[in-house]
Amino acid sequence: MDSFTPVSALIGGALIGLSASLFTLFHGKIAGISGIFADLVSPGRRSFDRSIGLYFLGGLLLAGGIARFVHPSALPSTTPSLAVGAVAGLLVGFGTRLGSGCTSGHGVCGLSRLSTRSLVATLTFIAAGMATVAAVRVLGGAV
Amino acid sequence: MKSKLAALLAGLVFGAGLVISGMTNPAKVLGFLDIFGRWDPSLAFVMIGAIGVHFVLLRLILRRPGPLLGGVFERPLREAIDAPLVVGAAVFGVGWGLGGVCPGPGIVDAASGSGYAIVFMIGMTLGIIAEHRSLGRSGAGLTSA
Repeated sequence: MDSFTPVSALIGGALIGLSASLFTLFHGKIAGISGIFADLVSPGRRSFDRSIGLYFLGGLLLAGGIARFVHPSALPSTTPSLAVGAVAGLLVGFGTRLGSGCTSGHGVCGLSRLSTRSLVATLTFIAAGMATVAAVRVLGGAV
Repeated sequence: MKSKLAALLAGLVFGAGLVISGMTNPAKVLGFLDIFGRWDPSLAFVMIGAIGVHFVLLRLILRRPGPLLGGVFERPLREAIDAPLVVGAAVFGVGWGLGGVCPGPGIVDAASGSGYAIVFMIGMTLGIIAEHRSLGRSGAGLTSA
Protein backbone atom coordinates (compact mmCIF):
# COMPACT_ATOMS: atom_id res chain seq x y z
CA MET A 1 0.00 0.00 0.00
CA ASP A 2 2.92 2.31 0.63
CA SER A 3 4.60 1.21 -2.58
CA PHE A 4 5.43 3.62 -5.37
CA THR A 5 3.19 2.89 -8.38
CA PRO A 6 3.99 5.42 -11.11
CA VAL A 7 2.98 3.22 -14.06
CA SER A 8 -0.56 2.40 -12.90
CA ALA A 9 -0.91 6.02 -11.78
CA LEU A 10 0.08 7.23 -15.27
CA ILE A 11 -2.27 4.76 -16.99
CA GLY A 12 -5.16 5.61 -14.68
CA GLY A 13 -4.44 9.30 -15.12
CA ALA A 14 -4.44 8.93 -18.91
CA LEU A 15 -7.89 7.29 -18.71
CA ILE A 16 -9.12 10.22 -16.62
CA GLY A 17 -7.77 12.64 -19.22
CA LEU A 18 -9.40 10.58 -21.99
CA SER A 19 -12.74 10.60 -20.17
CA ALA A 20 -12.64 14.37 -19.64
CA SER A 21 -11.90 14.72 -23.36
CA LEU A 22 -14.79 12.44 -24.35
CA PHE A 23 -17.17 14.40 -22.13
CA THR A 24 -16.17 17.61 -23.89
CA LEU A 25 -16.20 16.03 -27.35
CA PHE A 26 -19.65 14.47 -26.92
CA HIS A 27 -21.41 17.00 -24.72
CA GLY A 28 -19.23 20.10 -24.60
CA LYS A 29 -19.05 19.73 -20.83
CA ILE A 30 -16.19 20.20 -18.40
CA ALA A 31 -15.81 17.05 -16.30
CA GLY A 32 -15.91 18.61 -12.85
CA ILE A 33 -17.29 15.91 -10.57
CA SER A 34 -18.16 18.11 -7.60
CA GLY A 35 -20.14 20.46 -9.84
CA ILE A 36 -21.98 17.65 -11.62
CA PHE A 37 -22.85 16.03 -8.30
CA ALA A 38 -23.91 19.36 -6.77
CA ASP A 39 -26.27 19.93 -9.70
CA LEU A 40 -28.04 16.71 -8.80
CA VAL A 41 -28.36 17.29 -5.05
CA SER A 42 -28.91 21.04 -4.74
CA PRO A 43 -32.56 21.98 -5.06
CA GLY A 44 -33.10 24.54 -7.79
CA ARG A 45 -29.53 24.47 -8.92
CA ARG A 46 -29.39 23.65 -12.58
CA SER A 47 -26.45 24.72 -14.66
CA PHE A 48 -26.95 22.10 -17.36
CA ASP A 49 -29.00 19.13 -18.48
CA ARG A 50 -29.19 16.98 -15.39
CA SER A 51 -29.71 13.72 -17.26
CA ILE A 52 -26.24 14.00 -18.83
CA GLY A 53 -24.69 14.49 -15.40
CA LEU A 54 -26.79 11.69 -13.97
CA TYR A 55 -25.53 9.24 -16.59
CA PHE A 56 -21.93 10.40 -16.19
CA LEU A 57 -22.15 9.76 -12.45
CA GLY A 58 -23.90 6.48 -13.29
CA GLY A 59 -20.70 5.48 -15.10
CA LEU A 60 -18.70 6.23 -11.94
CA LEU A 61 -21.10 4.11 -9.89
CA LEU A 62 -20.79 1.29 -12.40
CA ALA A 63 -16.99 1.49 -12.15
CA GLY A 64 -17.23 1.17 -8.37
CA GLY A 65 -19.53 -1.82 -8.63
CA ILE A 66 -17.21 -3.56 -11.09
CA ALA A 67 -14.08 -2.70 -9.08
CA ARG A 68 -15.54 -4.44 -6.06
CA PHE A 69 -15.21 -7.72 -7.96
CA VAL A 70 -12.22 -7.22 -10.27
CA HIS A 71 -9.89 -4.92 -8.31
CA PRO A 72 -10.89 -4.85 -4.62
CA SER A 73 -7.37 -3.97 -3.46
CA ALA A 74 -7.83 -0.51 -5.03
CA LEU A 75 -10.79 0.24 -2.78
CA PRO A 76 -10.80 1.58 0.81
CA SER A 77 -9.36 -0.85 3.34
CA THR A 78 -7.39 1.06 5.94
CA THR A 79 -9.29 4.30 6.48
CA PRO A 80 -9.67 7.01 9.09
CA SER A 81 -12.68 6.61 11.41
CA LEU A 82 -16.25 7.06 10.19
CA ALA A 83 -16.51 10.29 12.21
CA VAL A 84 -13.45 11.68 10.43
CA GLY A 85 -14.95 10.55 7.12
CA ALA A 86 -18.17 12.45 7.85
CA VAL A 87 -16.35 15.66 8.80
CA ALA A 88 -14.07 15.28 5.78
CA GLY A 89 -17.13 14.93 3.55
CA LEU A 90 -18.72 18.08 4.96
CA LEU A 91 -15.54 20.09 4.34
CA VAL A 92 -15.07 18.66 0.85
CA GLY A 93 -18.69 19.41 -0.09
CA PHE A 94 -18.65 22.95 1.28
CA GLY A 95 -15.16 23.78 0.05
CA THR A 96 -15.55 22.48 -3.49
CA ARG A 97 -18.71 24.54 -3.97
CA LEU A 98 -17.25 27.70 -2.47
CA GLY A 99 -14.08 27.21 -4.53
CA SER A 100 -15.99 26.21 -7.69
CA GLY A 101 -14.28 22.87 -8.23
CA CYS A 102 -12.30 19.89 -7.03
CA THR A 103 -9.45 17.66 -8.15
CA SER A 104 -11.16 16.97 -11.49
CA GLY A 105 -12.58 20.38 -12.41
CA HIS A 106 -9.62 22.47 -11.28
CA GLY A 107 -6.82 19.89 -11.07
CA VAL A 108 -7.33 18.14 -14.40
CA CYS A 109 -9.67 20.19 -16.61
CA GLY A 110 -8.67 23.65 -15.39
CA LEU A 111 -4.93 23.02 -15.51
CA SER A 112 -5.31 21.52 -19.01
CA ARG A 113 -6.99 24.80 -19.99
CA LEU A 114 -4.07 26.73 -18.47
CA SER A 115 -6.50 28.51 -16.14
CA THR A 116 -4.79 30.68 -13.55
CA ARG A 117 -7.79 30.30 -11.24
CA SER A 118 -7.47 26.53 -11.37
CA LEU A 119 -3.72 26.70 -10.79
CA VAL A 120 -4.26 28.78 -7.65
CA ALA A 121 -7.04 26.45 -6.46
CA THR A 122 -5.01 23.30 -7.13
CA LEU A 123 -1.88 24.56 -5.38
CA THR A 124 -4.08 25.69 -2.47
CA PHE A 125 -5.92 22.40 -1.96
CA ILE A 126 -2.79 20.29 -2.31
CA ALA A 127 -0.93 22.52 0.18
CA ALA A 128 -3.90 22.47 2.58
CA GLY A 129 -4.13 18.69 2.25
CA MET A 130 -0.42 18.25 2.96
CA ALA A 131 -0.60 20.64 5.92
CA THR A 132 -3.60 18.74 7.29
CA VAL A 133 -1.87 15.35 7.06
CA ALA A 134 1.20 16.87 8.73
CA ALA A 135 -0.95 18.37 11.49
CA VAL A 136 -2.74 15.07 12.10
CA ARG A 137 0.67 13.37 12.25
CA VAL A 138 1.96 15.88 14.82
CA LEU A 139 -1.20 15.65 16.91
CA GLY A 140 -1.10 11.85 16.71
CA GLY A 141 -4.63 11.72 15.40
CA ALA A 142 -6.76 8.99 13.98
CA VAL A 143 -5.27 8.79 10.49
CA MET B 1 -30.40 8.00 -25.80
CA LYS B 2 -27.09 8.17 -27.64
CA SER B 3 -26.22 11.19 -25.52
CA LYS B 4 -26.96 9.37 -22.27
CA LEU B 5 -24.97 6.31 -23.27
CA ALA B 6 -22.02 8.52 -24.24
CA ALA B 7 -22.15 10.16 -20.80
CA LEU B 8 -22.31 6.76 -19.13
CA LEU B 9 -19.27 5.62 -21.13
CA ALA B 10 -17.31 8.77 -20.21
CA GLY B 11 -18.18 8.25 -16.55
CA LEU B 12 -17.18 4.59 -16.68
CA VAL B 13 -13.79 5.44 -18.22
CA PHE B 14 -13.30 8.15 -15.57
CA GLY B 15 -14.15 5.69 -12.80
CA ALA B 16 -11.83 3.04 -14.24
CA GLY B 17 -9.06 5.63 -14.31
CA LEU B 18 -9.64 6.51 -10.67
CA VAL B 19 -9.55 2.84 -9.65
CA ILE B 20 -6.45 1.94 -11.70
CA SER B 21 -4.57 5.06 -10.65
CA GLY B 22 -4.95 4.47 -6.90
CA MET B 23 -7.15 7.51 -6.26
CA THR B 24 -9.94 5.33 -4.85
CA ASN B 25 -7.73 4.12 -2.00
CA PRO B 26 -7.77 6.71 0.83
CA ALA B 27 -4.55 5.29 2.30
CA LYS B 28 -2.81 5.90 -1.03
CA VAL B 29 -4.13 9.48 -1.21
CA LEU B 30 -3.04 10.22 2.36
CA GLY B 31 0.39 8.75 1.49
CA PHE B 32 0.65 11.26 -1.37
CA LEU B 33 -0.18 14.14 0.98
CA ASP B 34 2.18 12.88 3.71
CA ILE B 35 5.30 14.75 2.56
CA PHE B 36 6.80 14.81 6.06
CA GLY B 37 6.25 11.07 6.56
CA ARG B 38 6.43 8.11 4.19
CA TRP B 39 5.69 10.18 1.11
CA ASP B 40 4.35 8.22 -1.87
CA PRO B 41 4.57 10.54 -4.91
CA SER B 42 2.58 8.13 -7.15
CA LEU B 43 -0.48 10.34 -7.41
CA ALA B 44 1.54 13.15 -8.97
CA PHE B 45 1.74 10.78 -11.95
CA VAL B 46 -2.07 10.68 -12.11
CA MET B 47 -2.06 14.42 -12.66
CA ILE B 48 0.72 14.13 -15.25
CA GLY B 49 -1.14 11.40 -17.17
CA ALA B 50 -4.52 13.12 -16.99
CA ILE B 51 -3.31 16.60 -17.92
CA GLY B 52 -0.96 15.25 -20.59
CA VAL B 53 -3.80 13.51 -22.41
CA HIS B 54 -6.49 16.13 -21.82
CA PHE B 55 -4.26 19.10 -22.73
CA VAL B 56 -3.58 17.63 -26.18
CA LEU B 57 -7.03 16.17 -26.94
CA LEU B 58 -8.86 19.28 -25.71
CA ARG B 59 -7.00 21.44 -28.22
CA LEU B 60 -8.00 19.14 -31.06
CA ILE B 61 -11.60 18.93 -29.86
CA LEU B 62 -12.04 22.68 -29.46
CA ARG B 63 -11.18 23.17 -33.15
CA ARG B 64 -14.57 21.68 -33.93
CA PRO B 65 -17.54 24.04 -34.34
CA GLY B 66 -19.32 22.26 -31.48
CA PRO B 67 -19.72 19.03 -29.52
CA LEU B 68 -20.55 15.85 -31.48
CA LEU B 69 -23.94 15.38 -29.85
CA GLY B 70 -25.19 18.95 -30.08
CA GLY B 71 -25.04 22.03 -27.90
CA VAL B 72 -22.02 24.26 -27.45
CA PHE B 73 -18.71 24.00 -25.63
CA GLU B 74 -19.01 24.98 -21.98
CA ARG B 75 -16.51 27.60 -20.86
CA PRO B 76 -15.41 28.81 -17.43
CA LEU B 77 -17.00 32.21 -16.70
CA ARG B 78 -15.00 33.49 -13.78
CA GLU B 79 -11.47 34.75 -14.11
CA ALA B 80 -10.81 36.57 -10.86
CA ILE B 81 -8.57 35.08 -8.19
CA ASP B 82 -10.91 35.91 -5.32
CA ALA B 83 -11.42 34.97 -1.69
CA PRO B 84 -14.12 32.32 -2.30
CA LEU B 85 -11.79 30.49 -4.69
CA VAL B 86 -8.87 30.39 -2.25
CA VAL B 87 -10.89 29.82 0.93
CA GLY B 88 -13.01 27.16 -0.76
CA ALA B 89 -9.95 25.34 -2.11
CA ALA B 90 -8.32 25.49 1.33
CA VAL B 91 -11.43 24.07 3.05
CA PHE B 92 -11.60 21.34 0.41
CA GLY B 93 -7.89 20.59 0.96
CA VAL B 94 -8.36 20.21 4.71
CA GLY B 95 -11.23 17.77 4.11
CA TRP B 96 -9.17 15.89 1.51
CA GLY B 97 -6.23 15.66 3.92
CA LEU B 98 -8.45 14.43 6.76
CA GLY B 99 -10.38 11.81 4.82
CA GLY B 100 -8.18 10.92 1.85
CA VAL B 101 -11.20 11.16 -0.44
CA CYS B 102 -12.22 13.70 -3.08
CA PRO B 103 -15.60 13.74 -4.88
CA GLY B 104 -14.95 11.34 -7.80
CA PRO B 105 -13.36 8.57 -5.71
CA GLY B 106 -16.03 9.14 -3.04
CA ILE B 107 -18.74 8.22 -5.55
CA VAL B 108 -16.83 5.21 -6.92
CA ASP B 109 -15.97 3.93 -3.44
CA ALA B 110 -19.52 4.40 -2.15
CA ALA B 111 -20.81 2.35 -5.10
CA SER B 112 -18.32 -0.39 -4.25
CA GLY B 113 -20.06 -0.74 -0.90
CA SER B 114 -17.52 1.02 1.34
CA GLY B 115 -19.31 2.21 4.48
CA TYR B 116 -16.58 4.80 4.99
CA ALA B 117 -17.20 6.28 1.54
CA ILE B 118 -20.97 6.24 2.02
CA VAL B 119 -20.59 8.25 5.24
CA PHE B 120 -18.22 10.59 3.39
CA MET B 121 -20.76 11.10 0.60
CA ILE B 122 -23.54 11.87 3.08
CA GLY B 123 -21.28 14.48 4.67
CA MET B 124 -20.33 15.85 1.25
CA THR B 125 -23.97 16.19 0.23
CA LEU B 126 -24.76 18.08 3.43
CA GLY B 127 -21.73 20.31 2.86
CA ILE B 128 -22.89 21.13 -0.67
CA ILE B 129 -26.39 21.95 0.55
CA ALA B 130 -25.00 24.05 3.41
CA GLU B 131 -22.90 26.09 0.97
CA HIS B 132 -25.83 26.44 -1.40
CA ARG B 133 -28.16 27.68 1.34
CA SER B 134 -25.73 29.93 3.19
CA LEU B 135 -24.00 31.58 0.27
CA GLY B 136 -26.44 30.85 -2.53
CA ARG B 137 -24.10 31.29 -5.44
CA SER B 138 -25.18 29.85 -8.73
CA GLY B 139 -23.08 27.02 -9.97
CA ALA B 140 -19.40 26.72 -10.70
CA GLY B 141 -19.39 29.72 -13.00
CA LEU B 142 -19.63 27.68 -16.16
CA THR B 143 -21.68 28.61 -19.15
CA SER B 144 -22.81 26.91 -22.29
CA ALA B 145 -23.77 30.20 -23.89
